[in-house]
Amino acid sequence: MKRYILKKLIVSVPVIIGVALITFLLLNVVPGDPITLMMKEHINPDVVKRVSAEMHLNDPAYFRFIHFLWNALRGDFGISYKLNRPVSELLLEAFPNTLALAVAAAVVSWIIGIPAGILSAIKRYSFLDNFFMGFSLLGVSMPVFWTGLLFQYIFSLKLGFFPISGFDGPEYLIMPAIVLGWSSAGTIARLTRSNLLDVMRNDYIRTARSKGIKELKVVTNHALKNSLLPVVTVMALQVSGLLSGAVITESIFGIPGIGRVAVDAIQNRDMPLLQGSVILTTILVVVGNLVADILYSYLDPRIKYNKKEA
Amino acid sequence: MSANVNGVVTEEWTDQDYEVEMGNGWKELGLNFVQNKMAVIGGVIIILVIATALFAPFIAPYDPYKVNLKLQFQEPSAQFLLGTDMYGRDVLSRIIYGSRISLLIGLVPTLISMVIGAIIGMIAGYYRGKIDFILMSISDMVLSFPSLLLAMVVMYTLGASLINIFIALSVIGWAQTSRVVRAQTMSLKNKEFVEASRAIGVRDIVIMFRHILPNCISQLIVLFTLNIPSSILSEASLSFLGIGAQPPASSWGLMVSNGKEYLFNAPWVTISPGIAILIVVLAFNFFGDGLRDVLDPHLKH
Amino acid sequence: MVDTIQPLLEIKHLKTQFFTSKGIVPGADDVSLTIDKGKIVGVVGESGCGKSVTALSIMQLISEPGKIVGGEILFDGRDLLKSSKQQMYTIRGNEISMIFQEPMTSLNPVYPVGKQVAETLLIHNSHLSKEAAKKAVINMFELVGIPDAKRRFQVYPHQLSGGLRQRIMIAMALICKPKLLIADEPTTALDVTIEAQILQLLKDLQEEIDTSIMIITHNLGVVAEVCDDVYVMYAGKVVEHSDVFELFDHPKHPYTKGLLKSMPRSDVDEQRRKLYSIKGMVPNMLRPPQGCRFHPRCSEAMDICKKTEPTVVTINEQHCVSCWKYNER
Repeated sequence: MKRYILKKLIVSVPVIIGVALITFLLLNVVPGDPITLMMKEHINPDVVKRVSAEMHLNDPAYFRFIHFLWNALRGDFGISYKLNRPVSELLLEAFPNTLALAVAAAVVSWIIGIPAGILSAIKRYSFLDNFFMGFSLLGVSMPVFWTGLLFQYIFSLKLGFFPISGFDGPEYLIMPAIVLGWSSAGTIARLTRSNLLDVMRNDYIRTARSKGIKELKVVTNHALKNSLLPVVTVMALQVSGLLSGAVITESIFGIPGIGRVAVDAIQNRDMPLLQGSVILTTILVVVGNLVADILYSYLDPRIKYNKKEA
Repeated sequence: MSANVNGVVTEEWTDQDYEVEMGNGWKELGLNFVQNKMAVIGGVIIILVIATALFAPFIAPYDPYKVNLKLQFQEPSAQFLLGTDMYGRDVLSRIIYGSRISLLIGLVPTLISMVIGAIIGMIAGYYRGKIDFILMSISDMVLSFPSLLLAMVVMYTLGASLINIFIALSVIGWAQTSRVVRAQTMSLKNKEFVEASRAIGVRDIVIMFRHILPNCISQLIVLFTLNIPSSILSEASLSFLGIGAQPPASSWGLMVSNGKEYLFNAPWVTISPGIAILIVVLAFNFFGDGLRDVLDPHLKH
Repeated sequence: MVDTIQPLLEIKHLKTQFFTSKGIVPGADDVSLTIDKGKIVGVVGESGCGKSVTALSIMQLISEPGKIVGGEILFDGRDLLKSSKQQMYTIRGNEISMIFQEPMTSLNPVYPVGKQVAETLLIHNSHLSKEAAKKAVINMFELVGIPDAKRRFQVYPHQLSGGLRQRIMIAMALICKPKLLIADEPTTALDVTIEAQILQLLKDLQEEIDTSIMIITHNLGVVAEVCDDVYVMYAGKVVEHSDVFELFDHPKHPYTKGLLKSMPRSDVDEQRRKLYSIKGMVPNMLRPPQGCRFHPRCSEAMDICKKTEPTVVTINEQHCVSCWKYNER
């Protein structure tokens, strides 16, 4: 078990380095001189030279990458061109907001998705099943930005339930979390349903029934745990989807999170800030995968005790 | 010591068959029918959207680019079915023209990423070893990126334009395909017909394209249909964030984005292009789900 | 003497059908079967002849699109088919329990085996404490010959061999001391030495716990070893019923004869005797043959066999057969 986790941990290191390399390569082949951008009209050749040297802009790319990696390891992602503050500081400010949004959205998606999937599977082909599956497909198919605007229009403007945007307390999180959570809830509900239906075909379900266990308990005690194991894997994949969605949700609801930082960085052509936010987000995804792997191995006794008795 | 009558049986009709039969029973058949009905509806909508895109100039009641500030924010009426936007442009006409971008984005990058993914997957699965390791590591890394962020990085580097959206979406799309094709290639590689071709000296590249690829086609078609809606949504998202299609192009995502400041006075400007996206994405999802049930029942998730 | 034996289970004209998309498949077609108290009864036939369907009908665990469409299942005087859902819950696992063919997949992989066995006990004895249940389970583990029973309580199914898993299944089935145990191909998935052990175990336990056993098998060797009575089924119907000695000594139905002939015997030199096999294959049950369902494969088929279904002929008190050969007409 420990070895399994350790192995997974070691494998994720090169992935993170590779991700950093891809981001670095994509961003550093960009034409355009960042210093000119920083200085704007006060441009002065001497200063450009000095700053170039400071920023290692004249060094070969591989050297710059190693340098970047070394600094990144120490938590230094460079200085934002536009805001002239350390990238790590800006990201650290934004990170808790994104985390809060993503966690809230994930919770929403589980609260909606898992029960909907279970009910659909139990009452297969019923009205309830069709309703939930339609609802799920809608969640998967609606563009997040549009759902967000629609929610603002209906629940803030027309009904006045929630504040329209900004980030000033938990009530500001409700609408964005629902908007973002709905799209993953669809995926989770569909997956929970199909897994539960698969599991219900297993021999051990027949065994459970033959023991005289009531049908509802057969589902909750014998089928659910097995069918939710693969859903754990999806929760990991969800991290990636949630963070993609967070970019949009944050910009609609004015939440100062990493997604907003990234969008602003693009608009301001602020390379270090974009680089930092992309790498940080991707590390979050890798960590999410790792957590899911560990959780999975913990829940599944076939991995937990993979020694067979003699 | 023990006798069994299994030697007697040439074609077993086992109790498991009843179970299988169970799965295809009345209700399952009913569901298939419903699902296929949904798939048919999806298909019809797709055809209608394609026709709309092709014949946009004939269908659109107005010029989608013509600015007329006197007609700003007209509410939906008989004259302007879906109203007008902040420049007095007819929203319906813009949506009709917008279908061109959405379809192009749905089809082209998905096709490109499919081709790249299929080739990489075949090479990795066929040759295994180091090249497999390298290619699959890269695909792992690409899959680690939140797709929208990776697309944003590519758009940052290349600049916002339609061609660059193609590239960005191709860059993020190939990894998943390569995984599927690789798995399929590995299982096909040891099949007799492939080994036989290799034994008589057929070149690797010929084996890959003549024997392995055709066997991946059904999975690829399913994957293709199901990837189209995510491409459309990605383009809409990028355009919404202002790093996709550029004004005055009538991309649906861009239209939602432009309208959002006037959401409260003129909700139709924002809401109608969103509904257009929703309908097209739903149609492709229905169609893809149905296709998957028919072509590839094993590719469930 | 014979009159005083109480039948524990009496199935009368059971009809279970599967309503598939391709048509109606008769799983069990007019099956009548009696199990007396304290007896081990074998139900023999090729795969798909309706043995398991009959068993699952008794438990009322026939799942969609299968349905019991007619007949009676009298258990201890009550008609199970008229029992409510709630009543069936108290019967299953408590008064009638079942073990299945695949010990590999019949246990839930995510719970320790001890817990799964204790569960049965706890459902049917709500007053029992967990500790008491655990104790009872460990005792039962010892009874069914699981070595190191205390430790095995905590073990997960995938950590055990097939033989041990089947012992766990037996422990689970017998923990509530049921009146009837249905064993559906209990040894098919096991190798021969383990098979002999498990059969011996069932025989011993039958006496120890005083339960009746219905063994479903396609293996006449199993029948010879443990059964008192035998029912031979073919294509959803019972074709012959007899006590075990009579059946092996004087088989009547051509199908039974074929089964017996195709059984390898140790008393004949294997080298010189070619293994017999019944020609043809099990009919497609969507379109069962007219008349006697066995006639296309029967070497003794007559004209009437192709047209009319045979009726049950009583040979003697313990022996009935459905075959035109024995019908005086």
